[in-house]
Amino acid sequence: MKFMSALKVSVVATAVALTLSACGTAATPTASSDVPTKLGANEKTLSLLGWPGYAEDGSNDPKVDWVTPFEEETGCQVTFKPYGTSDEALSLFKTGDYDAIAASGDATLRLIAGGQVAPLNTDLIPNYANVYSFLKNREWNTVDGKTYGVPHGYGANLLMYNTKVVKPAPTSWDVVFDKASAYKGKVTAYDSPIYIADAALYLMVHKPELGIKNPYSLDETQLAAAVDLLKAQRQNIGEYWSDYLKSISAFESGDTVVGTTWQVIRNSMSAKATVEAILPSEGATGWSDSWMISSTAKSPNCAYAWLNYIDSPKANAAATEYFGEAPVTQAACDFMASKDTCASYHAGDEAYAAKIWYWTTPITKCLDGRKDVQCTDYARWTEAWQEIKG
Amino acid sequence: MTGGASARTSFARRVSTMLYSRPRTRLGLLLSAPLAWLVLIYVASLAALLVTALWTVDDYTGAIKMEWTFDNIVHVVTGSLYQTVTLRTVGVALLVTVVDLIIALPIAFFMAKVASSRIQRLMVIAVLMPLWASYLVKAYAWRSVLSHDGILAWLLRPLGLDTPGYSLTGVVLTMGYIWLPYVILPLYAGLERVPNSLLEAASDLGAKSFTTFRTVVLPMLTPAIIAGSIFSFSLTLGDYITVNIVGGASQMLGNLVYTNVGTANNLPMAAAIALIPIVIMFGYIAAVRKTGALENL
Repeated sequence: MKFMSALKVSVVATAVALTLSACGTAATPTASSDVPTKLGANEKTLSLLGWPGYAEDGSNDPKVDWVTPFEEETGCQVTFKPYGTSDEALSLFKTGDYDAIAASGDATLRLIAGGQVAPLNTDLIPNYANVYSFLKNREWNTVDGKTYGVPHGYGANLLMYNTKVVKPAPTSWDVVFDKASAYKGKVTAYDSPIYIADAALYLMVHKPELGIKNPYSLDETQLAAAVDLLKAQRQNIGEYWSDYLKSISAFESGDTVVGTTWQVIRNSMSAKATVEAILPSEGATGWSDSWMISSTAKSPNCAYAWLNYIDSPKANAAATEYFGEAPVTQAACDFMASKDTCASYHAGDEAYAAKIWYWTTPITKCLDGRKDVQCTDYARWTEAWQEIKG
Repeated sequence: MTGGASARTSFARRVSTMLYSRPRTRLGLLLSAPLAWLVLIYVASLAALLVTALWTVDDYTGAIKMEWTFDNIVHVVTGSLYQTVTLRTVGVALLVTVVDLIIALPIAFFMAKVASSRIQRLMVIAVLMPLWASYLVKAYAWRSVLSHDGILAWLLRPLGLDTPGYSLTGVVLTMGYIWLPYVILPLYAGLERVPNSLLEAASDLGAKSFTTFRTVVLPMLTPAIIAGSIFSFSLTLGDYITVNIVGGASQMLGNLVYTNVGTANNLPMAAAIALIPIVIMFGYIAAVRKTGALENL
């Protein structure tokens, strides 16, 4: 009996502890609205969260290291945690363990709305002045005139095809939508709710009567049209990809012959692979990633130093070339190991950049300025995406 | 020194005497560690899962709202998506189980009843060997086998057939391969317990091999078959990695859980979906219990 009661006590104690810790995470940090006007002395440590390959310290590849020079320069000891999806990033960042985060546009607005990141004083980030102007003050890094993030790099979701199989050479996304049945079972698509925007972009051009002005701002009718298009596409999909290594192997073996891709995937393919990656005539979706500082940062001064450092030509060149995306300043192009890198990513090409609809979080308030309807939010998109996959 | 040693001896002796005279304490000490493991790690996390399924997530910030609601569970039970995926998952799990039993029965029978003890040992090692390799290695090996320029296509094309490619058929083949040892071993152990004398007696009384199998071996083997099927069925029911690697565009329950934890950041919904395989397994085990097969296990 004594044993049983001891057991009961311990079970109750555990339950209480679980509840308490759960309550602890439920509290949201309050947003600090005051922007710092000058920086203090650097703290000793800096904790970063970002996409894999965004802060390399040479531990993955001794030749790839732009963190160590930063540590030597500033005295801030960096710890870096990579994440796999924007949503994983959100839940990790909520723990409050990180001073700064590199986030894509489908996460940044949610971070800002949740009060988890602080507005920046860009005067304290001298290298920000050299950043391409078409990357500044955009809807995924600026809210109510306040800048929350400095750009890290950007790229487009391209159309890749097998030149031996897909003939004539496509110039439009129709090969993965209306004409996809010609390649039934060998079409691929990116496995994320945000891919709905790719369908919306296609409809924006080919079905103007739907009135889509921004692929991330869809009302129920427009979303339904995009979902129908993707459900029809589903019949021709061989497999969806989110792991870029899986995509490379499928294109190399010929199991996939056409579908969305990233420049880094094209660049990683073996020389004998007969593939081409293009930016179709409709334009494309893409990403533009920003470094943001936590509103509860323990090392805000080190975080400011990092934001400035990552936009410096040498560090930005190293980081974006390693990941396979365009750098955010023209000066970075001079520091690239390969002189072709900037050209292949179309860095600074404003006409090219204007064709890219950068990932941003769909919210109920329509991003295209419509006031008379409610738009569909990301939760609705996630549900729709599961329906599409069936 | 000797004094210390004897003090220790006498302490140990006193403890041992105390434990000898108090059987309850003895039992408590013996069971407390495994019970704590079972209760805290397993039962508590199952309870936490159930409780999480009753919460919701703030759509925008993604924070968990601890308000009691049955919405998730109602959504999962009534949503056509979840019904389709549940049926598909159960179908795949049943197919994998049937395929495994059909392959495992003759192998196990040969090992237990026909092979010499040397061959028997070698075969046990051969059956266990795939377990030494990582699950991922095996799944990716099947990815290249099933590829349209893979070995399966090369073997089948002369016969006018083609590889099933990355599809549910591919998933059944891969899972059938991966879980096969877990089905062969219980069947082998079950067949070992069938005395040869019974088989001889059946044959003396004029039973043909199939009649012997049906009337003598099968009834004695039922508990082993059920044990094996629980392995292949439950392991398939919860899998999502193989589906990701060789399943092409198809998804199973595990994938829905994974998407809700990862992409959708909706833990309560993931918990609600995770309850489906748990309920199915409870149903299966309850049905098996009714047949009385578990008592012979």
